[in-house]
Amino acid sequence: MVYEERNAWAGLIVSPITMIIYVILIVQQAAGGPLTDVDWFPLMLWVIGGSIVAVIILSVVWGMIAGMTDAGGVGKSDIRDRDISRLGGRVEQAFLVIAGLGVIALCALAADVFWIANTMFAGFWMAATIGSVARVIAYRRGLI
Amino acid sequence: MVKPTRVSNRIRAHRESAGMTQADLARTIGVTRQTLIAIEQEKYSPTLELAFQIARAFGVGIDDLFQYPEQ
Repeated sequence: MVYEERNAWAGLIVSPITMIIYVILIVQQAAGGPLTDVDWFPLMLWVIGGSIVAVIILSVVWGMIAGMTDAGGVGKSDIRDRDISRLGGRVEQAFLVIAGLGVIALCALAADVFWIANTMFAGFWMAATIGSVARVIAYRRGLI
Repeated sequence: MVKPTRVSNRIRAHRESAGMTQADLARTIGVTRQTLIAIEQEKYSPTLELAFQIARAFGVGIDDLFQYPEQ
């Protein structure tokens, strides 16, 4: 497995876990009350930071293990990786646009800032996850 | 997203007759072994430049390596 594919898998593994943790923390803090009363901003920052660190650690550890079997090719990438990366980027962009439109709609409806911020956060998460899925499928099934 | 290609190739046959491993050929044309495997299995269509590089590695023309049906 090449470096870029390992990164795609690392993102795909970490993303759902961090989202589940975030939702659990938000619901716990709400304690049955309205979600809009939750102090969501520090939680969101911790989850974003934590997921970035987790992806880096997973990628490094995976790279070290891969390096034991293929020391020469462990960090290499080539034109196919760039093509697949572009494909993933296009998929991500589509979901970011959807999230952006959702944010505009919520602003027009004067929704609580909790919903506006979390719609964008969910959009980022969805974009990253679906983008990683597209990359992994392209690596496994082919990119023609 | 993944559409079938009609381009087929004879890279594996040429590589084996030249006594090269996938790693050897990948190194020669400057791609990862995984990319060469994807090309051989027709899961990835190489760029024109890469196709020329592969053909040059075997000393043959592109038509000898890649085939595209008439219809």
